[in-house]
Amino acid sequence: MTAATGTLLLRGGRVVDPAQGIDRIDDVLVRDGKVVVIGQSHEAADATIDAKGLVVSPGLIDMHVHLREPGREEDETIETGTRAALAGGFTSVACIPNTEPPIDTQAAVEFIRQKAARADTCNVFVVGCVSRNREGKELAEIGRLVEAGAVAFSDDGAPVYDAELMRRAFEYCRMFDKPILAHEEVLELSRGGVMHEGLVSLVLGLTGMPAAAEEVMIGRDIALSEVTGGRLHVMHVSTAAGVALIRAAKARGARVTAEACPHHFTLTDEGLRGFDSNYKMSPPLRTSADVEGIIEGIVDGTIDCIATDHAPHAPEKKMLELDRAPFGILGLETAVGLTVTRLVSSGKISWPRMIESMSTLPARILGVDRGTLRPGAVADITLIDPAMDWTVDVKSFQSKSVNSPFDGWKLQGRAVATIVAGRVKYRLGRG
Amino acid sequence: MTPASIQSERVPAGWQHRHLLDLERLTGDEIRLLLDTAALFKEATDNCRRKLTVLTGSTVVNLFFENSTRTRTSFSLAARRLGADVVDFSASTSSLSKGESFIDTARNLEAMGIDAVIVRHSTPGTPHLLAQHLDVGVINAGDGPHEHPTQGLLDIFSIRERLGDLRGVTVGLVGDIAHSRTARSNLWGLLKLGAKVILCGPPTLVSHRWRELGVEVSHDLDDIVPRCDVLNLLRIQFERQNTRPFPSVREYAHLYAMTSDRLTRAKPDLLILAPGPINRGVEMTAEVADCRHSLILDQVTNGLAVRMGVLWLTCGPREPAAARTHGQPVSDTRSHG
Repeated sequence: MTAATGTLLLRGGRVVDPAQGIDRIDDVLVRDGKVVVIGQSHEAADATIDAKGLVVSPGLIDMHVHLREPGREEDETIETGTRAALAGGFTSVACIPNTEPPIDTQAAVEFIRQKAARADTCNVFVVGCVSRNREGKELAEIGRLVEAGAVAFSDDGAPVYDAELMRRAFEYCRMFDKPILAHEEVLELSRGGVMHEGLVSLVLGLTGMPAAAEEVMIGRDIALSEVTGGRLHVMHVSTAAGVALIRAAKARGARVTAEACPHHFTLTDEGLRGFDSNYKMSPPLRTSADVEGIIEGIVDGTIDCIATDHAPHAPEKKMLELDRAPFGILGLETAVGLTVTRLVSSGKISWPRMIESMSTLPARILGVDRGTLRPGAVADITLIDPAMDWTVDVKSFQSKSVNSPFDGWKLQGRAVATIVAGRVKYRLGRG
Repeated sequence: MTPASIQSERVPAGWQHRHLLDLERLTGDEIRLLLDTAALFKEATDNCRRKLTVLTGSTVVNLFFENSTRTRTSFSLAARRLGADVVDFSASTSSLSKGESFIDTARNLEAMGIDAVIVRHSTPGTPHLLAQHLDVGVINAGDGPHEHPTQGLLDIFSIRERLGDLRGVTVGLVGDIAHSRTARSNLWGLLKLGAKVILCGPPTLVSHRWRELGVEVSHDLDDIVPRCDVLNLLRIQFERQNTRPFPSVREYAHLYAMTSDRLTRAKPDLLILAPGPINRGVEMTAEVADCRHSLILDQVTNGLAVRMGVLWLTCGPREPAAARTHGQPVSDTRSHG
C-alpha cells in the first residue's frame, strides 16, 4: 500500500485500542500514513473526519478469507474480494491458499502480492500451503514461502490428513514461528455430508456431518502441537465440545489459538429446513447448544478471533441440488453487523473484546505489524457506527458472489469508513 | 362430494396448497382430506379401473431424475384415469447430461405450458426448490431419503381401509429407517392421525434421536411384533449406504426379517405392508410376503387412488377466489372437463 501524505484528523470518536488498553473519547491524528498521537491535537489537519458517536478501531483484520484468485475468478477476484473487505470495515485480510493452482511457491505468493498492490485496496497477507500442491503428501517449501512473505500455513478446504506430515509441519514451522491454520475434519466421518448430523438432518433425510468429525481432529492436532511445540490455530470452530478441547489445551499452556465465524454464532442447522444451499458450509451450522458454546468461548477468550471464512461461489454453482452445491458462505460484508448485533448490542462482549477479536489478536497470531493505534503504527483504522440499523442487501455487495443467507436481515452496527495507511479507502454511501 | 358428483366438483376449500412436497408440513385435517379424496376417486373409478375426465386438458410431467418404474407408472396411470395428458421426462434422456441445471430443465418444461410436475430426485429438498422456482404445481414422488408423500399416504390409506380410524393403532416401521423416505412420510402421516409409531431396526439404521419426535425406538423385533397392529417392512437400501450398517445380510435377516415363526407371535389380524420392491429373504420371507396378512397388492391399487386424489387436489378446478399457499395465485384460465 502506498501511504498517504499529509495529515488526517479523526475527531471526537470512541477510540478503542485493546493493545494499549485504551477506550476513551478522543482524537486520533494521522500523518503520512502513520498514527501520530491519540489525544487533543492543536495541529491543523489537511483533512478531518467527525467521528463523534463512532467507534475508532485499529483496522479490522479477517484472517480467513478465500479470494479465489487465481483459478476461480468467476467466484471472486483479489480486487472484488478486497473491495468487499473494505466495505465490511476490514483493512487487512489473510487469503487462504486453496486456489487453482494453490499458493505453494514463491511465484504464487508474489502473484498474490502484485495483484493486491495493483488492486490498491486493503492489505492482503498471504497464507501458504502446508503441503506441496495441497496434496497432503509432502511439505511445501515453507522456508521459501516465508521468504516470499507468507505469514501462516494452511491446507484449508481440507485437513492435513496424514498425522505424521502434520507433526513434521508443526516441527518445521517452529523455526519460523509461524502458525498452522487447521481445518479440522475426519473425512471418513463427514463423507457425503451436507449438514450437521442431528435431529434436523435425520428428519430432512440429508446426510449428516457429526460434530465428532471436527472434534476428533481438533484433539489430534492439539496433541501434535503439544508434542512438537508447534503453533496450532484452529479455524472455524463450530462445536461446543471443540471449544472445550481448546479451553483445556490452553489451560495446559499449549500453543493453541482459535477462531470462530459469525455464522457459527448466529445460525443453527434449523436453517437447512428450507433446503437453501446458502446454509451449506463446512464446518456446518450446528445446534443452538453449539452456538452457545461458541459464544461462551468468545466471551472467555478461548476463541481468540472472529474470522469470516468468506467463501464466495458464483450463483450458478450454488443454485443446485443441496448435495451438488459447494460449501461456503460470504462473510466480509456482514461480519461487523452480525458481531455487533449478536454479541455487543446483546451485552455478551464489550467493544474492546470485539476489537481485540477482530484486530488485535489476528495481528498477533499472524505476526503482522497491525492491530493497534500506537503512535508510529501504520494508520489502518476502521470507523464503526455502533448504533446504525441497516438491512443486508446482497445486491449491493462488493463481492462478486451473493451466497449469503443473511440477505434481508436487519442488523445493528456497520463500518462507515475504512482507512488504510492513512488513506480513506471506503466511506459508506460514498463508495 | 360424492363419487357420482366428482366430475363437476371443485377442489374443496380445506385444501389450499398448490404443491404436495411432504407430509411433515401438512395438518391432520389436510391428510384426512387427501385420504377421503382418494377414497372418492377409488369408488368413482370402480377400483381405479374406469376413466374420468376431471383433468382433461391438463398436462402433467413425470420429471424423474432417479430410476423408477412402479411409482412413475402409477402416477402416469392415475393422471390418465383423470383424463390428463402425461409426458415422461427422465434425466438420462435429457439435457442434464449436457450440464443444464435441474431448475433450468424444469423451467423449460414449464414454458411448454404444463400444469404440474411430478418430481423424483436423489437429493432431499429438490421438489421444494422447484416449487420456489416454478409457477406450476409440484408433487414430490420421492426426494432421496427425505419424503415420499404419496407412498406414505397410500400406506396409511391401505391401513385405514381395513381398520378405520388410525387413533390408537400401533404401527411398526421396520428396517432401513435411516435411508427411507417411505418411513419419514409414514411417520408424519401416522403421528398426525393419532397412531402410535414404533421404529425398529439396528441402531445403525434407527437413530435414538427419533424418540424426540414422540415415537418409540426399538432394536428388538421380537419385542414389538406382539404389540403391533400393522408392520410396514421397509427395504434395505444398499445403494444409499456409505458403509454397510450391519455385518452381513444373513445376520440382518436373522434379527429383523419377518418370518412365519415371528408371525405366530403376532396379533391374529396383524396387517403387513411393504412399499416394494421387496428383497425376499431379507425384510421378510416369501411365505410372509404372500400370506393372508399381507396388503402388498392392496397398496398397489391404492397407490392409484391416492395419486388420483393428489393430482386432482393440486391441478383440479378451484374457486377463483381461493387463497393459495406460497403466495401464488392459481391460473383459472385453464378449462377442466
